Amino acid sequence: MIALQLMLGLPLGGALLLALIGHSRKAGWINVAISAGSFVAAVSLALGVLDNGPLLSPDKLFYIDAFNVYLVVLTAFVGMTTAIFSRPYMQYELSRGRLTSQRMQLYHAMYQGFLFAMLLSLSTNNLGILWVAMEGATLATVLLVSLYRTPESVEAAWKYFILCGVGIAQALFGTVLLFFAAERVVENRDEALLWSVLHGGAAQMEPTVLALAFVFLLVGYGTKVGLVPLHNWLPDAHSEGPTPMSAVLSGLLLNVALYALVRMKMLVDGAVPGELAGHLMMGFGLLSFLVGSLFLHRQRDIKRMFSYSSIEHMGLITFAFGIGGPLATFGALLHMTVHSLTKSAIFVTVGHAAHIAGSQSIDKIRGLIKTQPAVGWGLLIGTLAIAGFPPFGVFTSEFLLLTATMKSWPWLTLPLLTGLVIAFSGLFRHLHLMVYGDVPAGQVAVQANMLPVALHLLLVLWLGLAIPGFLAHWFNQATVLISGSSLL
Amino acid sequence: MIAWLLALLQTLLFIAAAPLLSGWLKVAKCRLQNRSAPSLLQPYRDLAKLFGKTLVLAEQASWLFRATPYIVFGATALAAAVIPLVAVRLPTAAIADVIVLVGFFALARFFLALAAMDIGTAFGGMGASREMTVSSLAEPALLMAVFTLAMTASSTNLSTAMQYTLDSGLVLRPSFLFATLGLMMVAVAETGRVPIDNPTTHLELTMLHEAMILEYSGRHLALIEWAGQLKLMIYAVLIANIFLPWGIATTFSPDALLIGVLAITLKLLVLIMVLVLVETLLAKMRLFKVPEYLHLAFLLCLLGMLSHVILEAG
Amino acid sequence: MMLENLSLYEQAILLLAAMVLFTSFALLAQTRILNLIRVFAWQGTLLAVTTGMVAVVSGQHHLYISALLTFALKALLIPWMLHRLVLRLDIQRDVESVVQPAVVLLGGAALVVFCYWVALPIVHLSALITRNTIAVSMAVVLLGMLMIITRRKAVSQVVGFMSMENGLFFAAMVSTYGMPMAVELGVAFDVLVAAILFGVFFFQIRASIDSLDTDRLNRLHEVEE
Repeated sequence: MIALQLMLGLPLGGALLLALIGHSRKAGWINVAISAGSFVAAVSLALGVLDNGPLLSPDKLFYIDAFNVYLVVLTAFVGMTTAIFSRPYMQYELSRGRLTSQRMQLYHAMYQGFLFAMLLSLSTNNLGILWVAMEGATLATVLLVSLYRTPESVEAAWKYFILCGVGIAQALFGTVLLFFAAERVVENRDEALLWSVLHGGAAQMEPTVLALAFVFLLVGYGTKVGLVPLHNWLPDAHSEGPTPMSAVLSGLLLNVALYALVRMKMLVDGAVPGELAGHLMMGFGLLSFLVGSLFLHRQRDIKRMFSYSSIEHMGLITFAFGIGGPLATFGALLHMTVHSLTKSAIFVTVGHAAHIAGSQSIDKIRGLIKTQPAVGWGLLIGTLAIAGFPPFGVFTSEFLLLTATMKSWPWLTLPLLTGLVIAFSGLFRHLHLMVYGDVPAGQVAVQANMLPVALHLLLVLWLGLAIPGFLAHWFNQATVLISGSSLL
Repeated sequence: MIAWLLALLQTLLFIAAAPLLSGWLKVAKCRLQNRSAPSLLQPYRDLAKLFGKTLVLAEQASWLFRATPYIVFGATALAAAVIPLVAVRLPTAAIADVIVLVGFFALARFFLALAAMDIGTAFGGMGASREMTVSSLAEPALLMAVFTLAMTASSTNLSTAMQYTLDSGLVLRPSFLFATLGLMMVAVAETGRVPIDNPTTHLELTMLHEAMILEYSGRHLALIEWAGQLKLMIYAVLIANIFLPWGIATTFSPDALLIGVLAITLKLLVLIMVLVLVETLLAKMRLFKVPEYLHLAFLLCLLGMLSHVILEAG
Repeated sequence: MMLENLSLYEQAILLLAAMVLFTSFALLAQTRILNLIRVFAWQGTLLAVTTGMVAVVSGQHHLYISALLTFALKALLIPWMLHRLVLRLDIQRDVESVVQPAVVLLGGAALVVFCYWVALPIVHLSALITRNTIAVSMAVVLLGMLMIITRRKAVSQVVGFMSMENGLFFAAMVSTYGMPMAVELGVAFDVLVAAILFGVFFFQIRASIDSLDTDRLNRLHEVEE
């Protein structure tokens, strides 16, 4: 319980603290320290849940079970490593004059605010608060997207704000409908949005209302996941915001939005006969996967390219959750983890690469491996990992997903494989020159902190080689929770 | 027998009172604008004067041109005959159907437009085309408004509908609110008042209705003017009696009839005051703005119907 | 539910709901910025009055708080903020041209019909006196969305956004007599923060493209050539 309070209280307090002193030179370190503290709290919370089973706070405000606890740890972890990366990176941006110390203050405060919103939406027991926190995450990040105040970044931020705002509004409507359905079966109306109450009583809820609610929730949270055709904000926001922001957006925000969607699916599956929710998710997921991988080819901005790769992977995960069943669910959970780790590592590397080349344009980034081997190798290995090369974890999860597809929807394996090949070729088309190409005159190495990248990629490698027993057990618990049956 | 007599009397009253209503409109408007007002009876004197004048006909005028004033007046008078003014359940109520009513108006307008083109002057054709444009947009709105009423009362018969509203007492109907507003806007457009048309000017760029009747004189003009006044009164009575039918006589006792006359007089007085206010406060809008105005009227009537379906039924 | 059998209060709720819907259409058609904000304030006021009315009829006391909150936020604070911003940005005389206003309005009417159709199964389940207004509230949400799509000025888009939020609040209120207080306060907080951020953005957009025309925010493309 204390761990939970610490985990949420630290970022919240940190946001307030950094709002006051975020411009000082130590702010970067404070940011790291708070994120690390939150991570430690998350781990001890996770250990507690692992030992004692689901945790429901006495006031029923928070509920931690196997599904969200691992996302909590992942979120806190990526939050911490990105904070480590962001300290020198943002300092460099400041010294280059792209930022003012006032904006650094905003950045640091909003970074913690964003982490708080993410952790709150993961740990809350109230589906209404979940919405509030998701909207809060948008509000916290929207000013960060326009941090550089260039016309492009302002445009991206506006798009992000309006599209996500409109999208998330649909989710609120869905939540209202859910409350409407729940209120009829739950005696205490104040508890009618509590997950711990609803999950048990889902079966009695009115299927027609729940089905309608899910459509709205899918549109709403799907916008945040970046599902095609609601994805337009995503590449813009990722490419124009500061790189640490892109890393946490891709690595965390998308995951948490998907988490919300899966929670809703679990409710709907309990009440609606047939597989409406699953089929909808499969359809949107597959579409996003294919569109994302096709659009990869047409990008000139390296961050845009990788954000389309995020759309592609989120599509794949959505598709997998849509299939349902233990195998697909297990694969999806694993894929969520490895994608989050790999993609944030890539964005960190890309941030350094852009500093070296002085541009985010793919055409201008050349010969990284000669200028700064660490960055070059980081980009190469990261891209290999995200493209699904063995022995990285992404390969394992994609393999699981393909197997699951083959088992239940054999003919869908073909578009999946095609999409994977297209995405692979899209990524590698540009990679070779960026890593090995001729070094432009005057290109020098920058001060780079590759520790987060190495850490993330090693974890992904580990997950690919052998999933440790406790982790497999953990995933399996979540799988049981979501799909109803065990894989192991 | 007495019922038929009453129906006839009511129609005559309707036709006779129409110029008075226009007179009152003028007086109220002048007073509001701090001008000295003409006599209340001035429209009657104008009509009498026009009836006394010799007829001047264009050489090219065909029978259509000569017949039109009678057709227009006849159709409008028939329309007036079917509308319950002071009492419902009159024998004429059997044909007091809103669709018939709209049909009468369309007939009159059709002939007026034809006659306007008959002479071949530029103004006639222009006026006819403008009038048709306006009415093609106003008529759907009008129909939508009366359908809203018809759906509530389950009848397109005016008398039945009024009876229904009377019987159900005071009910706040969102649909009626919208339909009334929409109908008022349509009425303003159809009777050629500000802000759509200004009946008091003959400015070639802006006139609609007046352009069509520019070639008429003598008793022809008198009939058309009278028909116009009738039309204004018909719309006023429609709005007053459909949506606020209280006071209308449901029996034929002298007391009830007297109350009916008083009630409708009062309602018309108030309604005319509203119109006067609108005419004073607003300027005539540009011709190109008229479709927007009528779209709004249509939208209101449509909303009326939708809110009936969504909020009031089921 | 026949209208005649309801009490006058209940009829008034329906009447007010219809008027809220009308303000949504008015927002859709209104092209002058200050009038737009005024209509928006009216929508908030009507919403607050409706909520108060529902509170009276249903005896749900927490709705009084919601009504007050709505009035303070949607009828006073946000319109006032927007008004001040418009004056500070000196755009109060801007008139926006809506492309094909008649088509937009008819599209709006079509959306209302669509909402009616979608809400039908829900309405049948509900026993609340306000159940018939669920479709209306949904229409307010979608009309707000339509407004965001059809408008080009940043301020009008924000008004559309806020009107969507009005619709959402309305939906919660009429379908379930309001969400739990904690959620409602959270949503109100989000709306308030969003309103402040929008204000910040007006200045950022103006500074970057020298206009508040979002049509001119056109540097980023899905596919880069």
